[in-house]
Amino acid sequence: MDLPVDKVESTRASGPAAEGKRTRTYREALREALAQAMERDSRVFVAGQGVDDPGAVFGTTKGLAERFGRQRVFDTPIAENGITGIMIGAALAGMRPVLVHMRMDFLPMSMDQIVNHAAKWRFMFGGRVNVPLTIRCIIGRGWGAAAQHSQSLQALFVHIPGLKVVMPSTPYDAKGLLLASIADENPVIFVEHRWLFDQSGYVPEEEYVIPIGKGVIRRKGRDATVVAISHMAYEACKAAESLEKDGIDIEIIDPRSLSPLDDELIFDSVKKTGRLIIADTGWKNCGVGAEIAARVASDALGYLKAPIRRIATADTPTPCSFELEKEFYPSSEDIIFTVKELLNKSPLSPQPYRR
Amino acid sequence: MPEETIKSFNVGYLQVLDDEGHADKDLMPELSPGQIKELYELMVLIRAFDDKAFKLQRQGRLGTYLQVKGQEASEVGAAYALKKGDWIFPSGRDVGVLITRGHPMHMLLQYRGGDERGMKAPEGLDNFPITIPVSTHIPICTGAAWASKMRREDVVHMAFFGDGATSRADFHEGLNFAGIFKVPAVFVCENNGYAISLPRARQTAAETLAQKAFAYGFEGIQVDGNDIFAVYSAASRAVAKARKGDGPTLIECVTYRIEGHSTSDDDSRYRTKQEVEEWRKKDPVDRLEKYMKKNKILTDEYKQSVTQKTRDMVEKAVEDYEKVPPPEAADFFANTYAQPTEQLKEQMKEL
Ligand SMILES: Cc1ncc(C[n+]2csc(CCOP(=O)(O)OP(=O)(O)O)c2C)c(N)n1
Repeated sequence: MDLPVDKVESTRASGPAAEGKRTRTYREALREALAQAMERDSRVFVAGQGVDDPGAVFGTTKGLAERFGRQRVFDTPIAENGITGIMIGAALAGMRPVLVHMRMDFLPMSMDQIVNHAAKWRFMFGGRVNVPLTIRCIIGRGWGAAAQHSQSLQALFVHIPGLKVVMPSTPYDAKGLLLASIADENPVIFVEHRWLFDQSGYVPEEEYVIPIGKGVIRRKGRDATVVAISHMAYEACKAAESLEKDGIDIEIIDPRSLSPLDDELIFDSVKKTGRLIIADTGWKNCGVGAEIAARVASDALGYLKAPIRRIATADTPTPCSFELEKEFYPSSEDIIFTVKELLNKSPLSPQPYRR
Repeated sequence: MPEETIKSFNVGYLQVLDDEGHADKDLMPELSPGQIKELYELMVLIRAFDDKAFKLQRQGRLGTYLQVKGQEASEVGAAYALKKGDWIFPSGRDVGVLITRGHPMHMLLQYRGGDERGMKAPEGLDNFPITIPVSTHIPICTGAAWASKMRREDVVHMAFFGDGATSRADFHEGLNFAGIFKVPAVFVCENNGYAISLPRARQTAAETLAQKAFAYGFEGIQVDGNDIFAVYSAASRAVAKARKGDGPTLIECVTYRIEGHSTSDDDSRYRTKQEVEEWRKKDPVDRLEKYMKKNKILTDEYKQSVTQKTRDMVEKAVEDYEKVPPPEAADFFANTYAQPTEQLKEQMKEL
């Protein structure tokens, strides 16, 4: 299954697309990827709670059931783990399932099948089979989504060998990475952010894939490297605009894929800027930021002019209260604060109590 | 206002062959003397393999092993109803299923000797590897069956699991979906009385495990799991039904595990000798032998030759197993992903 690999190296994380270019929202980009994959390949199908109902998972599957039939686009009984197993079985038997979860918080219910099965069958069957399964799941933020409907659990999956984990932030990447995930022979956890669904940007009509494991530089800069994951890429762009006014020039890297991780891209940037901040949507403790920090510390330590900083949510469950949410979620403010702080720091200065 | 019964279910039970080897002619499935001999030889082979594997473990030449002794009729009878191209999804005890399906015995030893390459069924053998987490392969079997249905392939999928597996959500979720989507699957529950030390009565208050299928909208049947003809008959009906597109079946084989749960279990702590003795009298191999004798399919010489032949086959398997060179450390990098990631390539260099 060969799809053209788009040569576009970087697209801006926010703002309207370049003049004359085709624009689509993130949700439309996802839908277009699904439709094109299904059109081309009869092995592709879409299952999950609500994929064929009027809400159509935030509109990302709208019209697909009508177009491809309810054999290929269908709601499932509420049995997350069992359904994951069923999709694995279908993948083993040669299909290319896309399993959709409205919230990433439902993945803990499927943990056994994802960790013990999807990630293991190829290995345990001596390479005789693959599990080309894509699991789409959505993280959120705000609206009182609270402790059980807001979690960014990517780090749990990055930890598991045999899985791939991607977190696209632009419509362009959403389409290219979804097509890449469906075409991939391995199970892929595809993490979407609910705040991105209305973002619009350049999306070519034809099919293309973003190679899984390749990050992108969203903004070139010289003073500090900000590795910004998913929605944090937008916060980082906002921060960059403000910092620019103060004469500070940050480089923003959107890794797009967390497993495998494009660490070369990050090392190269750190070698240039000497400062690293990782802005993640998840928790700090053993989060993705910790892994990135560890890799930079072991491969590019000599280039660091300041300590590595992680911007992440506090290590507590998500509060429900609107007021507390504002405190809880990191934003461009945190990035601005941290960049400025680092610019006045030597590598040995102690970590402040708060980020 | 009516108050009435709107639905009731009957759970069938099938026994063809009694303990003395008398077969009910009306219930007897269609099997030629040649096929009956084949079934017999498989059961004898599996028993010889099982005994040998146990001894090898005790001699430190094999890892933990789960004995299948007593359940041969359930495993052979069900697997024999499939044809080439059908898929099986075995659980930890199902070496009998795998042997019936042609899985090389030296590879089974290799697997139990701690080398998972032994589970890689040679091309042309449609055997999924053994799944150790209990019952988790049931939804996977359902999914594979459903894929076959979507692709209009003539493939039946059969999952094997114990009574203990019916307590887990995967069993219920897997069967529920199989019922809704009428997938070509057969679920074979080998009810051997125990989940390790937990007796069947402490697993569910339901009188039979077969009846659970009715909750999911398809048929469940209980059979005498030590009666090769009953198991084969129920399984071939279920397989034919699945092939026709009429959906799944749950078969509960009532059988008994004669040995401990595994080579590290002491079953005397939770069951009596007397109970085990009672079940020995229902031994599936003896029972078939009695039938074959009565029907002049089995002579002393034939029996002797089968004993000798199977013993030789097992010895050969042991020899082959012990000749397999150990895997190399680099092997575990090979199949983690379809293509190794850059990071794995780096880690491989560090070895
Ligand atoms: C999900 C899970 N829980 C617990 C275990 C530990 N365990 C291994 S075998 C077994 C008992 C299984 O009983 P049953 O399903 O009746 O099969 P049998 O061993 O009798 O063939 C248990 C609890 C496991 N392997 N997987």
